[in-house]
Amino acid sequence: MSVKQISVFVENKPGAMSAMTAVLADNDIDMRALSLAETEDFGIVRIIVDDVYTAATVLKDAGYVHSITPVLGVAIPDTPGGLNKVLSALTDVQINVEYMYAFLGGKKADHAYMIFRVADAAAASAALVARGIQTVDQDEVGNL
Amino acid sequence: MERYYQPEIETASREQIKAWQDERLVKQVKHVWDNVPYYRKKMEAKGLTPADIKGTEDLYKLPFVTKADLRDAYPYGLLAKPLSECVRIQSTSGTTGKRVVAFYTQHDIDLWEDCCARAIMAVGGTNEDVCQVSYGYGLFTGGPGLNGGSHKVGCLTIPTSSGNTERQIMFIRDLNATILCCTPSYASYIGETMKEMGLTPDQIPLKAGIFGAEAWSEEMRQDIQNTLGIKAYDIYGLTELSGPGVSFECSAQTGMHINEDHFIAEIIDPDTGEVLPAGSKGELVFTSITKEAFPLLRYRTRDICTLNYEPCPCGRTHVKMSKPMGRSDDMLIIRGVNVFPSQIETVLLNKGYSANYQIIVDRVKSTDTLDVHVEMTPEMFTDNMGEIDRRQKDLAAGLQSMLGISAKVTLVSPKSIARSEGKAVRVIDKRKI
Repeated sequence: MSVKQISVFVENKPGAMSAMTAVLADNDIDMRALSLAETEDFGIVRIIVDDVYTAATVLKDAGYVHSITPVLGVAIPDTPGGLNKVLSALTDVQINVEYMYAFLGGKKADHAYMIFRVADAAAASAALVARGIQTVDQDEVGNL
Repeated sequence: MERYYQPEIETASREQIKAWQDERLVKQVKHVWDNVPYYRKKMEAKGLTPADIKGTEDLYKLPFVTKADLRDAYPYGLLAKPLSECVRIQSTSGTTGKRVVAFYTQHDIDLWEDCCARAIMAVGGTNEDVCQVSYGYGLFTGGPGLNGGSHKVGCLTIPTSSGNTERQIMFIRDLNATILCCTPSYASYIGETMKEMGLTPDQIPLKAGIFGAEAWSEEMRQDIQNTLGIKAYDIYGLTELSGPGVSFECSAQTGMHINEDHFIAEIIDPDTGEVLPAGSKGELVFTSITKEAFPLLRYRTRDICTLNYEPCPCGRTHVKMSKPMGRSDDMLIIRGVNVFPSQIETVLLNKGYSANYQIIVDRVKSTDTLDVHVEMTPEMFTDNMGEIDRRQKDLAAGLQSMLGISAKVTLVSPKSIARSEGKAVRVIDKRKI
C-alpha cells in the first residue's frame, strides 16, 4: 500500500519550475500533490501524479534527473486531532517521518490527504491499518 | 603482434633517430634562413648564422618561436615556400586569440598523414577496420588529419565530421565502425547518448578510440572505456606543427610516442627558457624538421609535461610524452594558487560526477572566488536532501584537498553546460584585473 512519488531535480532560478510543469502540462499529466524542498541553488520538486509511468518517461526525455520513491498516502478525517492520531501511531512503532505534505481535492470532502515519507512505507502502513487509519495506494490517488 | 605503419622508422635505433634529427635540423635551419626573413632577423639578433647549428646539440642556441610570433607574422610572414607550391591551409580554432594559419605543400600533407596512419595502426587498426572520423572537417586539423591517416592504413573511412549525434550512432551501428576518432568530450557525449538509448557496450561494435585536441584525464579515459566498451587512446598535435599525430599512444597506454623523425622535442623551464634535463617536468617545445611550407623552430607549445626515454613494450623507440598536465597559459592563478582545470576534472570523476563542468572565477571585494558548476546525474541524485548536501560537501572537500583552496560547488541541471563538438569552454574568468 504505497503511493509513488516522483522527485525531480530543478535549478533554483526564474522559469525553472514552469519549464518542468510545462512538460507535465503538454503531456496531460494531472498533479495530485506537490511539495518543494529548496536550497539556494536548486530544489527537489516532489509530485504525486495520476500517471506515474508517463510522467517519469516524459520528464526523462525532457532531460530531467528524477527518482521514484514509495511514500505513504493517508486519508485523515478532517477533525481536530486527526493528524495527531496518525503521528502517534507512527511514534508508537518508532517510525521517523522524514517529511510530509498535505493535498486537497479528494472525493471525500470530510477527509484531508497527506503524504508521509518514511524509511519503511510497508511497516508504517501496517501500523496505521492496525489503528483503523485509512491508507491509500497509487490507484486510488490516480482516481481521486 | 604489434603492427607498425613504418616499422623501419618507428622502431629505429636511438642512434639512427639522432642521425636523422641532426641532418634534418641542419637542413631546416638553412631552409628558413634562406627563405624566411622573419627567422633570419631573429637569428641575426642572437648573432647566429646557419653555420652555428651543426646538430641537435646546438638546438638550444636558436631563439624560441611563440604564438605571438605567429600572430605578428600573420598570414605569410613565416611561409618558407612559394604559394604556388602550397596546396592547403589549416587554421587553429582561435580559442586563445587571433587565428593562426598554417600552410602545407603536398609533401607536408603526406608526412602528416603518415603520422596519423602510425597512430591508427598503433591502436590496432588495419585495412579490415571501419574508422569513423567524428572530428570536425574544415579548417580544424582533426578531421582532415585522421581522414588522411585512415586512408593510408586502408580503413573504410566514414567522414561523419562532428555533430548530429544520432546520425553518428546510426553509422557506428549500421556500418560496424570499429575505430572512433573525435574529441574526448564528444566521445563521452556519444557514450552517454548510447547509454540513454539503452545500448550496452557489447551492442556497440567499436573496439578503439583515438581522442585528442583537448585535455582529458585518466579518469575520463576509464569512463569512456567503460561506457563504450573500447580502449581509448590519446593523440596529440598542434595545427602549428601539422595537426594530430605529432605524438600518439600505443597499446601500452603510458604516454604518447613523438614522431621524432619529424619533430624534435625539448622540455624547458617556462620562466627562464632553460632546457631541462631528461625526465623533468616543464614546457614542451617542438622543432619541425621536415615541414617545407611552415617550418617552426623551437615552438613553445605552452603544454606542461615530461618526456620518457625508457624502452616501450610496444617496440617503438621514439620518446614518449606524458599527457599534458596543464598549460602554462591556461593555468589559473586563484588566490595566489596555481589551478589547472584538469585537477578539477580528476576530482569530479573520482567522486562519481560527470566530467562536464564549468569553472567560474570571479573577484568579490578583492578576494578571488572559485565556483565549480557540476551537472546533476541520475547516479548522484536522490530524493534525500541531506544526502545530496552530504555529497556536495564531500565534493567541495575533495576539491579543497586537491587544489589547496576552497571552492563552491553548484549543482546544475543535466546537459545545461554547453557540450562540445569541438572544444569545451571550461573556464569563465570574470575577474577584472
